[in-house]
Amino acid sequence: MSGDGLLVTVDSRVHRLPAHVKIVALFVLVLAVVSTPAAAFWAFGLYAVMLVAAVVTARLPVLLVARRLTVETPFIVFALLLPFVATGPRVDVLGLELSQSGVLGAWNVLAKGTLGVVAAIVLSATTGPRDLLAGLERLRLPATLVAILSFMIRYLSVVSDDLHRMRIARESRGYAGGRAGHLKAVAGGVGALFVRSFERGERVHLAMRSRGYTGRMPLLSTRGATSSQWLEGLAISLAAVAVALAVRVVGL
Amino acid sequence: MPVHVPDGFFDASTSVATGLIAAGAVGFSLQRANREIRETGPALAGLTAAFVFAVQMVNFPVGAGTSGHLLGGALAAALVGPWTAVLVMSTVLLVQGLLFADGGLTALGTNITLMGVVTVLVGYFLTRALLQVLPRRMGSVVPAATAGALLSVPVAALAFTGLYAIGGAVDIPLGKLATAMVGWHVLVGIGEAVITAAVLSAVVANRPDLVYAARHLQRDLVLVDADGNTSTVAPDKPIAAKPAGRTLGVGVAVSLLVAGGLSLFASAHPDGLEFVGAKLGFESAAEDSAVAGSPLADYGVSGIGNAEVSGALAGIIGVLVTIVVGLAVAKLASVRANRAS
Amino acid sequence: MSGPAIHVERLVFAYPDGRQALYGVDFTVQRGERVALLGPNGAGKTTLVLHLNGILGSVAGGTGSGRIQIGGTGLHREHLPEVRRKVGLVFQDPDDQLFMPTVRDDVAFGPANLGLRGSELDDRVHEALVQVGMQDHADLAPHHLSFGQRRRVAVATVLAMRPEVLVLDEPSSNLDPAARRELSDILSGLDVTLLMITHDLPYALQLCERSLLMDDGRIVADGRTRDLLGDADLMAAHRLELPYGFDPLSVPGPERKG
Ligand SMILES: Nc1ncnc2c1ncn2[C@@H]1O[C@H](COP(=O)(O)OP(=O)(O)O)[C@@H](O)[C@H]1O
Ligand SMILES: [Mg+2]
Repeated sequence: MSGDGLLVTVDSRVHRLPAHVKIVALFVLVLAVVSTPAAAFWAFGLYAVMLVAAVVTARLPVLLVARRLTVETPFIVFALLLPFVATGPRVDVLGLELSQSGVLGAWNVLAKGTLGVVAAIVLSATTGPRDLLAGLERLRLPATLVAILSFMIRYLSVVSDDLHRMRIARESRGYAGGRAGHLKAVAGGVGALFVRSFERGERVHLAMRSRGYTGRMPLLSTRGATSSQWLEGLAISLAAVAVALAVRVVGL
Repeated sequence: MPVHVPDGFFDASTSVATGLIAAGAVGFSLQRANREIRETGPALAGLTAAFVFAVQMVNFPVGAGTSGHLLGGALAAALVGPWTAVLVMSTVLLVQGLLFADGGLTALGTNITLMGVVTVLVGYFLTRALLQVLPRRMGSVVPAATAGALLSVPVAALAFTGLYAIGGAVDIPLGKLATAMVGWHVLVGIGEAVITAAVLSAVVANRPDLVYAARHLQRDLVLVDADGNTSTVAPDKPIAAKPAGRTLGVGVAVSLLVAGGLSLFASAHPDGLEFVGAKLGFESAAEDSAVAGSPLADYGVSGIGNAEVSGALAGIIGVLVTIVVGLAVAKLASVRANRAS
Repeated sequence: MSGPAIHVERLVFAYPDGRQALYGVDFTVQRGERVALLGPNGAGKTTLVLHLNGILGSVAGGTGSGRIQIGGTGLHREHLPEVRRKVGLVFQDPDDQLFMPTVRDDVAFGPANLGLRGSELDDRVHEALVQVGMQDHADLAPHHLSFGQRRRVAVATVLAMRPEVLVLDEPSSNLDPAARRELSDILSGLDVTLLMITHDLPYALQLCERSLLMDDGRIVADGRTRDLLGDADLMAAHRLELPYGFDPLSVPGPERKG
């Protein structure tokens, strides 16, 4: 797993927006989506159009977005079960007797979850880790958390590589598997990985103190966002809020 | 819930409520962990987070061709202490949400509450409680934390069910959900426990000083000076051991609070009330129940006429039973470990 | 500053888990000297150099005793910031040393802790990166660099603090031959006191006129690198081996260059 997250290194208007603007925009957008009643189908159609516009503006490969949507799978399964297990009045669909509220509930989970994931993909595919950290710092996330996040992201690839190397070493020694054997081998490797990671954490701290660290990390961010950047970044989110409000005012 | 709750899974007020719980827990943990993080550095917490993240991607078989993966909350708590662990788990979830689009942003509070707070606190307090009754030596931390890990997963699943009762979009039989969730997560919890045991054994063997939960059990150091004279020195900063029994009390109280409070909360909510009371408690308990033999099968104790009390009671009894079982397992494990050595 | 660059007396230390690593270490390094620190794995070399800027040891609240002077001043808690500027430590694994999101952030970390800001800080960062030839990679993340590049940036992070004593822990390990030579070019061009832990005995001979040999937490030999490497009994007793066909008496070293 790389420390770059899902970053797609192309240049686009979305890539160039300051990270804190994008984080706020994502949050506002998802909030609007989540607070929309499931039965307002047209609203979800509009949200989908907006997100497609965002993906296109960000020049993201559609395939990547689609592939990443699979993080949702477990909840899709859950959603598909809802019409069968939910209580309440029944409807007849293609010979299956389904719960009415269950069908709507399934749609609710699927629609909102999918829109949320796509929105999050737009953020993570257009924002590098360092910018993301700087954005969170600007949004006044406590400094200690920003620092922990920063080290975590920096060492994600290092720790993953360690894990990968240890797995290769184990498999090349002819480890065959089997359920109990598998669990034991995995568990042993994980123990060694922790000691390694922890000792690296200690050494990093020594290296930091060696260079005069006294408990305060240097700030990452310097630039703020101009009001036109705020406007550009929030455009889609504000449109979504308008839709959400319209649903409330006009009804379905 | 080895998977992250996405956006829109729970209603807005539940998300807001768990968001507040998560923010409160993180704020409190920041305050409590401050001293440690100043001493050991944020890098250590960051690397622990990277470790948890990496290990969450290692799958182990659970059964029926499916697999689970480590959550790591109880493990992190035993290794770096509960407050740093809450920060570590929150960081992992934040990175998964923002950098990998895994777990909805509006569900972040829910995910942190379930996977970052409940697992950590349940795991840690059970670990510390067991350390009060187990033999006073380093090795005891392995069975203690193993029991903590075992318990932490089904309790988190129970908490998830409680949240579903409060803020789930659709009414589904809560008893079934609870039975399925807890049953399944006991299996995941076993995997969690095995890995936690292995990690802690490795750490106790190589670097016993790293285990936060057992810092008070460290032996004195022997130092040989330039002339070959020997002297004994106390190890670094031993954490003052709390009076025996107090931690046990706190642990039990917290577990009960989590389970009972959630159940009560569930019942207090109009939908949840209807849910727990009307749907499960009385009407259809018998036919809904998949495992009808168990008195707790429907998460509502039969014979008690009040839905709220009944739901909360079921939660509390569940936790008590789990604690007793956990204690027994730990005791057994330590007896066997003693015999082996 | 007056007095020797490094002076260590009767240094004893045990790690928090009770493992004792130093059993009474004594040595002195004069200003401008280049000294190699040799010894088998686990001898305590890394532990020793971590004492030189007060990272480990009683001054950092650890378990141990003994005396350390840097530039004639004793190592005390109140001098630590100053000592950490004077003694620059390059860790063995560059991934331990490069902990910030980008190369630029990393090289700026030390000088920023010294209080530098703005253009002064930028200049310092640029200067250090130029010294190791990495000025074109300032905005990359460490995991996008090759191992050799990371090692060079690690040296730059320390050079940015303008140290008087440069201490390196196995600087040539894991480098390919070209990267190893590039690093030796950089090191031999620096005007600092140098203490270098290494298992790479030809490297020690090439860069350092004098060597210390450490084993079991003590200094067991101190002399001209060429003499130490030429003493077959001493080498064998401390698990040191020269590369196949390498004759320390017939290759040029720093003393011949003048
Ligand atoms: N962080 C640590 N905690 C406990 N023991 C350690 C630690 N680091 C090193 N040691 C032990 O101290 C001894 C000396 O190690 P080290 O200084 O790294 O040796 P060298 O650098 O010469 O290979 C070894 O026995 C090693 O296992
Ligand atoms: Mg070493």
